[in-house]
Amino acid sequence: MEFAFTQEQDMIRETAAAFLAEVSDSAAIRRAMVTETGYDPQLWSRICTEMYWQAIHVPEASGGMGLGYVELVATMEQMGRSLLCSPFFATVCLAVNALRVAGNEAQQAYWLGQICEGSVTATLAFNGGSRHADAEAITATWQRDGDRYVLNGDYRYVIDGHSADLLIVAARAEGTSGAEGISLFLLPAHTVGVTRAWLPTMDQTRKQATVHMSGVMLAQDALMGAPGQGWESLAKIIDLAAIALAAEQVGGCQQLLDMTVAYTSERVQFNRTIASYQAVKHKAADMMLQTEVARSAIYYAACVAQEALEGGPLAGELSEAASVAKSYCSDAYFSLAGDSLQLFGGVGFTWEYDVHLYFKRAKSSEQLLGNGALHRERLASALLD
Amino acid sequence: MKLSFSPEDEQFRQEVAAWLQQNLTGEFEKLRYRGGPGDEHMFPEERKVWERKLAEGGWTCVGWAKEYGGRGCSIEQQVIFFEEYARAGAPGRVGHIGEGLAGPTIIAFGTQEQKEKYLPGIVAGTQLWCQGYSEPSAGSDLANVKTKARFDEARGKWIINGQKVWTSLAHESEYCFVIARTEPDSVAHKGLGFFLIEMDQPGIEVRPIEQITGTSEFNEVFFDDAVCDAGDIVGAPGDGWKVAMGLLGFERGVSTLGQQMQFQNELDEIVRLAKSNGAAQDPVIRQRIAGAHAELKIMRYNSMRILSGQSGSDGALQKEALIYKLFWSTWHRSLGELAMDVLGPECEILEDGPYELSRLQSMYLFVRADTIYGGTNQIQRNIIAERGLGMPREPKGAAK
Repeated sequence: MEFAFTQEQDMIRETAAAFLAEVSDSAAIRRAMVTETGYDPQLWSRICTEMYWQAIHVPEASGGMGLGYVELVATMEQMGRSLLCSPFFATVCLAVNALRVAGNEAQQAYWLGQICEGSVTATLAFNGGSRHADAEAITATWQRDGDRYVLNGDYRYVIDGHSADLLIVAARAEGTSGAEGISLFLLPAHTVGVTRAWLPTMDQTRKQATVHMSGVMLAQDALMGAPGQGWESLAKIIDLAAIALAAEQVGGCQQLLDMTVAYTSERVQFNRTIASYQAVKHKAADMMLQTEVARSAIYYAACVAQEALEGGPLAGELSEAASVAKSYCSDAYFSLAGDSLQLFGGVGFTWEYDVHLYFKRAKSSEQLLGNGALHRERLASALLD
Repeated sequence: MKLSFSPEDEQFRQEVAAWLQQNLTGEFEKLRYRGGPGDEHMFPEERKVWERKLAEGGWTCVGWAKEYGGRGCSIEQQVIFFEEYARAGAPGRVGHIGEGLAGPTIIAFGTQEQKEKYLPGIVAGTQLWCQGYSEPSAGSDLANVKTKARFDEARGKWIINGQKVWTSLAHESEYCFVIARTEPDSVAHKGLGFFLIEMDQPGIEVRPIEQITGTSEFNEVFFDDAVCDAGDIVGAPGDGWKVAMGLLGFERGVSTLGQQMQFQNELDEIVRLAKSNGAAQDPVIRQRIAGAHAELKIMRYNSMRILSGQSGSDGALQKEALIYKLFWSTWHRSLGELAMDVLGPECEILEDGPYELSRLQSMYLFVRADTIYGGTNQIQRNIIAERGLGMPREPKGAAK
């Protein structure tokens, strides 16, 4: 048992932190977030060629770096810390995981190769507009037409859906409900019958879109896995993505804590820095507690995710570990963001200071892939029903 | 990062579990799940016998080096031992203060003579210890101890006068380790000594404190010209604070994982109860049970980070250790409230008159101590802010 980073993992984290400090400062975030695409294509290209993060946990056989989920989580933590605006989450945490879990050999060989080359971004669409990130959320439908599949319906809250090159979508056989009849398909975003539109969002640092399918015709090779048997895979993909997202939330927590300690250590009132008042210190202590507890949750979840992908005794804990991590980290991030804003006082309420960027990101990532209450209900259901 | 135990460790786990299964039977059956915090007053005599039984099997002081009579277990094996011990429902250890606090302090700071005199009794489970730190005017401000130690040249002994409070197991213990002022005019953490004192003597009186639970496991201990041999001071006169602080480091040990197993037992009981009385249908209760479950899981991962001995972000400071007490005490306090809310109106009804509490009722009341003893939540937050975040200390008040 060694529940600590190896030297190599430490190095990956430190390299990420140093790179991001250089490329994703406040000015860079603000430039990217006001564009419709939501990221700087040149920076993404640098990430794909210099850092190779898009390939971080893609197996070496498919052209990737062949690192594990712990390395992915360590990198996501740093991205969350610097609020990096990029298609990384959609491409790697959603689509690469989807390809790894549900893709056949040919799909993996081709699309993982394309992603690793940095020539393709991708995303996952499944939610028709439900508040729940579960099977019921899937409303788009598929049906057979000879040797082809026809897709119809709508997706909402699709991360980077308007800019991604490759879409992985879930749809259900007409007339089915719940986990029944769900299939996963993979299609280039410019396929005939696909309409996409950017959805302006309160959190400008992560972009969302609607995707509309109208009689989209797909060949057999677009299907991922067995027809109608897709929910188990999709649930696993969502759990894996939720763990990565929780890691990003922990990075945000750490940054908020550091910003708050730095600010309160400079701000003087009544001839003392406000950091010297217990009312402020005790709030900061609670923020540190939540940050460290959240961090413990994601490191464990990362180990579980690794085994879920590549086998091991912890593989069966994926759903629980994802819900434990996503529920705690979601609530912690938003709580820290609110506390940070309060301790910054008036300037925390301004557009000029960065607190609001984190405050908004905290709420958007809390709602993404299931909020704290939803994940606790999942845990409750396993414990009590 | 690697979370699995080695095959050797798994075999050790089976060995521990098998021993407990074979031995926690017969006269010891009634001790299952008893004698933990909040329940220390139960079956003290039987638990003393159990302590010696453990010692015979070689299951006391498992983490101590073999040269001191321990089992020399690795961190992993210690974790396994405490987990299996709690999983089996084995009783609260009457010897835990000796094994976890007094012994490690003597090993770290004591003389050869002290080691020979005290360690074997702890290992054998025959000599129990209690801790003499807090005083009526030295609670959170622990350095404000008033108890005095004066060296009597004629008798060649230390003479101790003063009062300690919140001393658990004082009435059951053979020895007490005490911090007392060796320099009469000294203040705060200067001029203190760390003494090993025999309890059975005319100069010591123990008075139980009746607690919120109606039971007594804490005591007041009065020292009225109590004596202590010249050789029974640990470190030099004046070094007591250093020794005492070194000891606090031992309190964040592997036993936290056993404590968590006890928390798990309590949570399991609450889950069973909720399923049987319908509370499990209440969406608010469901959220709270799931939240408690999630945080207990994370508490275990946090302990694994502590034991792996590396901080998550900068490697220098063990932040996950700094927050631990505040985390578990607050969690446990909430668990008590959850237990009562799951019970509903039934939470009021006692097992029996005049004041016999059920296990959950007793837990609910006793957890109010968790956020007070061993550094209150307010003191914990000061420590976290000052040591973990580098925020300034609050100015001290003027001495009276």
